[in-house]
Amino acid sequence: MRILVIEDDKDVAGFVVKGLREAGHTVEHASNGRDGLFLAAGEDFDAVILDRMLPGGIDGLRLVEILRDEKKTVPVLFLSALGEVDDRVRGLRAGGDDYLTKPFAFSELLARVEALTRRSRGEGPTTEIVVGDLELDLLSRTVKRAGQKIDVQPREFRLLEYLMRHAGQVVTRTMLLEGVWDYHFDPQTNVIDVHVSRLRQKVDKPFPTPMIHTIRNSGYMLKAEPE
Amino acid sequence: MSGIAAKAAAMRRGRGSRFLRSASLRFALLCAALLGSGALAVAGFVWLEMIVLVDRNADEAIDQDATALISAVNRAPRELWLRALRDEIDVRLDKNANDAVYLLASPDWVVIQGTLARWPDELRGVKGWRTVHIEWFDQGDVQTMLRVLVLRLEPYGYNLLIGRTLQLRGQLIGILPEALTWAIAVVIAMATAGGLIVGRLFRNAIMNVSATALAVSHGDLTQRVRLSGRGDEFDRLAELINGMLDRIGRLMDGVRNVSNAIAHDLRTPIARARARLEDAIAAGRSNEELRAAMERAVSDLDEITSIFQALLRIAEIESGSRRSAFAPIDLAPLLADLADLYGAVAEEKGITLTLSSPDRLPALGDRTLIQQAVANLLDNATKFSPPGGTVSLSARSGAGTVVITVADTGPGLAEPDRARATERFFRGETARHTPGSGLGLALVQAVVLLHGGQLALEDNQPGLRAVMVLPAGPAADAV
Repeated sequence: MRILVIEDDKDVAGFVVKGLREAGHTVEHASNGRDGLFLAAGEDFDAVILDRMLPGGIDGLRLVEILRDEKKTVPVLFLSALGEVDDRVRGLRAGGDDYLTKPFAFSELLARVEALTRRSRGEGPTTEIVVGDLELDLLSRTVKRAGQKIDVQPREFRLLEYLMRHAGQVVTRTMLLEGVWDYHFDPQTNVIDVHVSRLRQKVDKPFPTPMIHTIRNSGYMLKAEPE
Repeated sequence: MSGIAAKAAAMRRGRGSRFLRSASLRFALLCAALLGSGALAVAGFVWLEMIVLVDRNADEAIDQDATALISAVNRAPRELWLRALRDEIDVRLDKNANDAVYLLASPDWVVIQGTLARWPDELRGVKGWRTVHIEWFDQGDVQTMLRVLVLRLEPYGYNLLIGRTLQLRGQLIGILPEALTWAIAVVIAMATAGGLIVGRLFRNAIMNVSATALAVSHGDLTQRVRLSGRGDEFDRLAELINGMLDRIGRLMDGVRNVSNAIAHDLRTPIARARARLEDAIAAGRSNEELRAAMERAVSDLDEITSIFQALLRIAEIESGSRRSAFAPIDLAPLLADLADLYGAVAEEKGITLTLSSPDRLPALGDRTLIQQAVANLLDNATKFSPPGGTVSLSARSGAGTVVITVADTGPGLAEPDRARATERFFRGETARHTPGSGLGLALVQAVVLLHGGQLALEDNQPGLRAVMVLPAGPAADAV
């Protein structure tokens, strides 16, 4: 994927660019708002990672607003030291698709960017999600694996749906908390782990190959074929 | 003009304008102006009234004369009317020699009898009341003001003038202005003095406040405005300002305490991370060991970050800015979700989590913050309950309030600890060895206060019971 990083802090930018390249992406970098806008408006990217406070006369919020005015729909992830609830709301309202507060773990950033690009590819409304032998019927809200019906609670269904929509991608605990429970804070206990392990009991345990994998220091990944 | 002189003039102007700008002088001038114009109005009124009175007296006397003279003419036999009139004029003249003027003239204004040498030109052919200046026939060029009534005696065609000199009026005009001017001057002087005195009172009161404000703005928060003890408006203002300073002082202390606590509590994880990294460098063993040390250091830093985030969140809540995001919300599904989220955790630990809540729980507030507050309470409850224990989450609508209770069967908190449990970084004796930052209840407290509610920590015998009282939503009335 082709990703544009607009970030003025050299260390953070270097760290992010290097990490994304190692993950197999093509990365362009701009260190101020003007260059960033020039690149973002002129070329096609799969995602933009954008610092909010930028030199060069155009800050992050303004940059996104201009992009959206120009009908550029490239997904934008804000990366900012401004972490108040209102800052987040302002970022999303300006046209950002996700908001990550500094300091951050690279795995979190990578997972979120990859999730963004998947979302932007626009799968449209579907009635069924299939990953390997696992089937999720969104209308009847039923789950089948290898043709065998699995009973899940409503919340477990949504958790599984989220994992399947991001099949093959890492999803972090925070992403699950936001995407499944709509909670925008970090609970001190790892409540997510408990829920994922319950889901595993139902989806993985009765079957020979597990599909929900724990990714160390990051989160979880659901995928069809074992490594 | 030389430079020095110009500078001196500028200084004088500066001093002058500063004096002119002073509020007490303005106040004194305003008093003087108001009272002075009042006095002027009174003086003017007195003046006019005196003149009118004098004129009226003259008119009455003339009227009496006219009545007497005409009745004398009417009483006398027809052929003797002139004789009778002249006699009567003589009688009247004797009586009022001081200020009376009588003049009888033939139809062609030839004087027959009277106190004037000739008929005044300006009174030829006129009838009725007049006020005129006339040259007194036996006093040369002295002018006198006269009030006169001119009559024509029909059917004889003779002219009769009856008048009074307005000497008293002249005298009054001589005395009154001076007297009144003095009176006005005294009033203005006293008003100015009074204004200056009252102004000085105000200025002293204000100087008192501004001296304190100056000291405070220079960093001396111990200064207070002096009270006069009279209990007047100035004292009440002083009390208000002192109360405000007390509150600022307490807040400053709070900030100082929090800063100290932050410095202290962050030092521990930072020291830990530092020690790990230093140890790894010094020992310099295998790659594996280095990697492990670094990973632990990163997680220590993450812990520090999360403490910062919690502190910033509490500060954000306490600043009150989130109040703008308040909206009517139904807490029932929110609590059900939380019970679901923590139910799994509780079950894992062998704890029973129960939920009792009405179907609808309308409230007014910030959804995310209430979520987080209840989550923190559930977090604590599940963390401290022993296996086999019970955590109960219950809610009910009260009079204009929503009461959310989280109770556990853990070790609870000792009475003195309960009072301090909502302070930042406070950790009870039993919590020393469990993970946590000591910020959970501080955040709950901040959220509850933001909503104008109350948080009570009670003894659950055994365990802790946290009771959150929040204001009910607008929909509560409709239910």
